[in-house]
Amino acid sequence: MAETLMPLVLDLERAYADAKADPDFRAEMDRFLAHYVGRPSPLYFAERLTAYLGGAKIYLKREELNHTGSHKVNNVLGQILLARRMGKTRIIAETGAGQHGVATATLCARFGLECVIYMGAVDVERQKPNVIRMHMLGAEVVPVQSGSRTLKDALNEALRDWVTNVADTFYCIGTVAGPHPYPMMVRDFQCVIGDEVRAQMREAEGRLPDSLIACIGGGSNAMGLFHPFLDEPEVVIYGVEAAGHGISTGLHAASLTGGRPGVLHGNRTYLLMNGDGQINEAHSISAGLDYPGIGPEHAWLHDAGRVTYLSATDEEALAAFQLLSKLEGIIPALEAAHALARVIDIAPKLPRDHLMVVSLSGRGDKDVPQVAEILEKRTS
Amino acid sequence: MTRRLCARFDECRAAQRAALVTFVTAGDPDHATSLALVKALPEAGADVIELGMPFTDPMADGPAIQASGLRALKKGETLDRTLALVREFRKQDRATPIILMGYYNPIFIHGVGRFLDEAKAAGVDGLIVVDLPPEEDDELCLPALKAGLAFIRLATPTTDDKRLPKVLGNTAGFVYYVSITGITGAATPDFGAVAAAVSRIKRHTRLPVAVGFGVKTPEHAAEVAKAADAVVIGSSLVEAVRTSLDAQGNATPGTVGAVTSLVRNLAKGVASVRKAA
Repeated sequence: MAETLMPLVLDLERAYADAKADPDFRAEMDRFLAHYVGRPSPLYFAERLTAYLGGAKIYLKREELNHTGSHKVNNVLGQILLARRMGKTRIIAETGAGQHGVATATLCARFGLECVIYMGAVDVERQKPNVIRMHMLGAEVVPVQSGSRTLKDALNEALRDWVTNVADTFYCIGTVAGPHPYPMMVRDFQCVIGDEVRAQMREAEGRLPDSLIACIGGGSNAMGLFHPFLDEPEVVIYGVEAAGHGISTGLHAASLTGGRPGVLHGNRTYLLMNGDGQINEAHSISAGLDYPGIGPEHAWLHDAGRVTYLSATDEEALAAFQLLSKLEGIIPALEAAHALARVIDIAPKLPRDHLMVVSLSGRGDKDVPQVAEILEKRTS
Repeated sequence: MTRRLCARFDECRAAQRAALVTFVTAGDPDHATSLALVKALPEAGADVIELGMPFTDPMADGPAIQASGLRALKKGETLDRTLALVREFRKQDRATPIILMGYYNPIFIHGVGRFLDEAKAAGVDGLIVVDLPPEEDDELCLPALKAGLAFIRLATPTTDDKRLPKVLGNTAGFVYYVSITGITGAATPDFGAVAAAVSRIKRHTRLPVAVGFGVKTPEHAAEVAKAADAVVIGSSLVEAVRTSLDAQGNATPGTVGAVTSLVRNLAKGVASVRKAA
């Protein structure tokens, strides 16, 4: 981290510790989670998908039903309440698919805060619906033209903004990455996913799930689902990275499968890079997974062997996207479709009493134009 | 270990002027032109050369230095080639200090020990690594000091008196004061505030204080020279590289001269301020 930002990051660490210990902060979070976000999100037994795959009993954690359409709002709510507590009046954020940007723009509208969203120019093009939503919510969307013009460059540009506007600005990071305390703080705010799953599964089946699976870009929905189960050794956990055109092609976003340890954006983690330590562009059909790094705690869980990290290609995600839409009447975000792609080959091999929870991290409305275009090209 | 740096700051002090630190990116616009440019800098008036090690994701840099780094990478600049450039330069100049400036990941991937050995052997005098705060001194700062390389820390407007001792603790060679909250090549600093900040830092250290970020013209350089021991200029030099290129982005016969003539003017600006010896 640059020296200019160090005092800010240390200040944030103190403010967060203070908020975490304050029951009023928790109570305010809970109130907004219930009445504004719409939590708890359902844990839904996907009966037709289960029957179709003929193996494990599949439950979907319906994060796509949250206000703003994804899990991102859980974290943004926490950070915005914290920003208010710290007296900050201007919020900046980076976004890939636009889900984090929309969630941030939404909470900024709700609390009357100035909002600037940095988004790679490439992503602005492929995620138009979310750009329009952010505009309607009153946010300024800055298309980032530097570097590869995707998520990592949006993050660079947000950091450049923060270093320039230190006094009034709060940087609302969207995933479990960046300098401490962000990975920990974002994880804490997302743990509501896994905490709810524990209670809901106990109610539905009277026990813990046997396996969990979630997609991973930076890894916030996955960390939120996984973390409350890490100390339950009998729960098998899978993370699914984006394999783009395939790991062997080099055109992917799978930092754990195809990267190695390095240092970027204030954290040490697995990164996609060349032999000289220059960061490679990530490639994925899903703008939300198109990041050449991964949260440092996932890197640790990978090295420790606690979580098994797999990957799914663009094609596999696209097939899963269509399958869930047709079987369950739920159009998933392309990000979540990566997790579903691995469910398609893992679930059939498991017994029928195996309880599998899939994080349906976001809804696919934003992807409909992009997927329609891809499918049209194929039929014509 | 900071022999060349100390000697150069002593010379400037004896000449009753501030030092001029010039930043260019290694390999920009291509390796050969970059070497010719670096070789020409001392004669044009550069007292210290800050050589950028290009990186794909330079979070602390503005558009000019970002573009400069990408030009260098596109032409195949690597850390090995940057060190080779320093070795070549040292064949003709044993006196001008060279500071390598960059980000940690390429060094980490090269291997810290190997990098420090090679940099020292090549004739590098110090390092500025923007994304390693004092909290991470074990990574590179302490090994660098042990290897005989100065580790030059950035102090910024947000570094308050409480934090300054931590920032200055393992700093050697000189202290680099970032004149603005912002990225390189951005807003012009408030020179009054810069002077106050330099005296604040000087209450904590006896090291020379250099000031950079947003310093673009000979007039700016003169303003900064009144308060600081050294003036750092970067973005306007790499902009001079850029505007000298042909339509395909290749060097022209005017590239080196475009930068050195700017450096000459900046040196005049710096020398126009007479300082106490």
